[in-house]
Amino acid sequence: MEQSIYKPGEHPNLPPPSNTVGPIAWVRTNLLSSPTNIVLTVLSIWFLYEIIPATLEWAFLDAAFTGESRDECRAKAGGACWAFIGERFNLFTYGFYPAEERWRIDLTFVLLCVALLPVLWDRCPFRKYGLYFACAFPFIAGWLLLGGFGLTPVDTDEFGGFMLTLVIGVTGITFSLPIGILLALGRQSNLPVVRVLSVGFIEFFRGVPLITLLFVASTMLNYFLPTGTTFDLLLRVLIMVTLFASAYMAEVIRGGLQALPRGQYEAADSMGLKYWTSMRLIILPQALKISIPGIVNTFIGLYKDTTLVIIIGLLDPLGVGRSSLADTKWTGLSNEMYLFVAIFFFISCFGMSRYSLYLEKKLATGYER
Amino acid sequence: MAQTVALSPTSQRNIISRLWNDKESRSVIIQIITISLVFAFMAYIIHNAVVNLQAIGKGFSYNFLWQPSSYDINQHLIDYNSRSSHFRAMMVGILNTILIAICGIVLASVVGFVLGVLRLSKNWIVNRLAYCYIEYVRNVPVLLHILLVHGLIVHAFPVPRQAISIGDVTFMTNRGIFSPKPLYEPLFLVVIALFLLGLGFMWWFKRYAKKVQDETGQRYPVFWIGLAAIVGLPLVSFFLLGSPITWDVPELKGFNFAGGMVVRPEFIALLLALSLYTSAFIGEIVRAGILGVYYGQTEASYALGINRGRTLSLVVIPQALRIIVPPLTSQYLNLMKNSSLAVAIGYMDIVATIGGISLNQTGREMECMIIVLTLYLVMSLIISMIMNWYNRRIKLVER
Repeated sequence: MEQSIYKPGEHPNLPPPSNTVGPIAWVRTNLLSSPTNIVLTVLSIWFLYEIIPATLEWAFLDAAFTGESRDECRAKAGGACWAFIGERFNLFTYGFYPAEERWRIDLTFVLLCVALLPVLWDRCPFRKYGLYFACAFPFIAGWLLLGGFGLTPVDTDEFGGFMLTLVIGVTGITFSLPIGILLALGRQSNLPVVRVLSVGFIEFFRGVPLITLLFVASTMLNYFLPTGTTFDLLLRVLIMVTLFASAYMAEVIRGGLQALPRGQYEAADSMGLKYWTSMRLIILPQALKISIPGIVNTFIGLYKDTTLVIIIGLLDPLGVGRSSLADTKWTGLSNEMYLFVAIFFFISCFGMSRYSLYLEKKLATGYER
Repeated sequence: MAQTVALSPTSQRNIISRLWNDKESRSVIIQIITISLVFAFMAYIIHNAVVNLQAIGKGFSYNFLWQPSSYDINQHLIDYNSRSSHFRAMMVGILNTILIAICGIVLASVVGFVLGVLRLSKNWIVNRLAYCYIEYVRNVPVLLHILLVHGLIVHAFPVPRQAISIGDVTFMTNRGIFSPKPLYEPLFLVVIALFLLGLGFMWWFKRYAKKVQDETGQRYPVFWIGLAAIVGLPLVSFFLLGSPITWDVPELKGFNFAGGMVVRPEFIALLLALSLYTSAFIGEIVRAGILGVYYGQTEASYALGINRGRTLSLVVIPQALRIIVPPLTSQYLNLMKNSSLAVAIGYMDIVATIGGISLNQTGREMECMIIVLTLYLVMSLIISMIMNWYNRRIKLVER
């Protein structure tokens, strides 16, 4: 004991005590640090034990993946009957779009991905041309989906399934952002009339549920148009969804505008910039950057709200699923159907929220020194 | 003369450009143009509406509200039958919406707060479980939740004949949960009066205790005294008066239960789905709020020798509430508005009564939709007003 005398600074580095590192220490600090913690850990492990094996059993191990009807599935296995989803997969994806024209939807989807690439990824090669293409995409997509000019025209009644969700979601997202920016600027404007109108518009659309607006679109919008005008139901829905989302967007962007220090506005004025120039070059780039999380949240909300169209009779995946359940061959398989649709929405919405986190991190440069 | 004629177009242009370049006059011009455009648009659509309504021979009147509705509503908080007027159907719908909104807000707040705390837990498994739950619930549409929960209740619960019975008085079936209904005897009024008295006493006592603490530093056990006054006193008097309540127990008659109280499966499904959906958002808000309070505050409080519980209740939570309340308001509003999805599973709220069946029966789209939109706007305004008042009350008082 006595002979281990070291000069100052020469003591060898000892390993940390074995109970403070490694998996055992991790378990002790994270799972068993106090009596409450132990109880919580035991309870959650018991919960997982109850849930996970049963779910796996139902969804995979004891599930039927092929079959012609529910009874055939049930004869094979006691769990889920995925054959139902398999048989109706085309209906879920394309709705009632004519079978021989479905390549147009596939092509539109591929083009959508191509158009999104330069928008979402700023180091994409040929980004400038990609952005031009992204601006042209809505028109190309409209032409491909609706037909005309050499393609067989397809009625919007035949839109349905995931394709309808994407049509409403992408259109709403594309148009609600610019309208929302205009409304937010209007709400912050010095002109009382513009301000009052913007506030009225925003508060009205935020004060009522989307479903009532959709009812308005489907029942009474025709009264406000010149006699004899017929107006496509899908178009009416698109307008309402866009206006609804843009009111929320306006509030999110207003938050960003208000978060900017006054000095930025004053500096822009003192440079002699005109209103629109200062907004475009100084205010909006900063305000939009601050409000990205809110903007993406609004997008996600809009995307999820597209399911409401089933209430006025459009057939999105939920609607397709519900009408498929009415088929006596497949009746009673609602759990499989809801799970399938839920997974689709989860993947799209979770993806969007992850992207917003990435963007936030990337853009949060100005505050680190 | 020739000169003035030659000059006048230029000077006119000068006037216009001067008006346009002057800030004040330009703003007036822009506003006049905007307002006239808006008015022209309004006039155009109103004109269209009048012409269209005339063309199909419909007037614009609310007289239909007083005609018999001739449809049934299975959940009504006020007396209602198919001979009641459309107006009464609307009132039933409003009450049903308010009921689901209030129950939903309470349940969502409780569950959301618990979720937020679990999400902050140091226990890794609990933390991850809460995270998975929140992400799943938030990223799936609320309508899907509603339909799924409704389907589960209708399919998983037995038919009334094989009801799950809890102590032979409460029965869980796929037609709802049947439970005994209390029938109050006159003496019960005394209990209610004592309860109100207890509330009044509590209000006074809390102020008194605070005053004493401010003056002398002495603390009273406010919580326990309050519990005794509000719960204990009515409870004791209830038994002393010989339990002045009789129970109307539901009984199986034919294919369904009769008597008692029933909570419909639509209500349960809607309540569960809405509050679980909203609670996921509230959980994240609560977490952000608590994380938003600088950790130095907690350390400072510990350094002063204040214990963990009081640090939470006196230092962290009051500051976290300032961050939490504004987004919480919009979640409450969302829940209220999402309750309109009730129409998908047949819960009779505003949209399903006046905006649904009444609208289809009378064909008065315009009038019905105006009523529905106005009602929702009014309710939104009321919730915002309450929450803004609360927000102002807890706001940081700055010098």
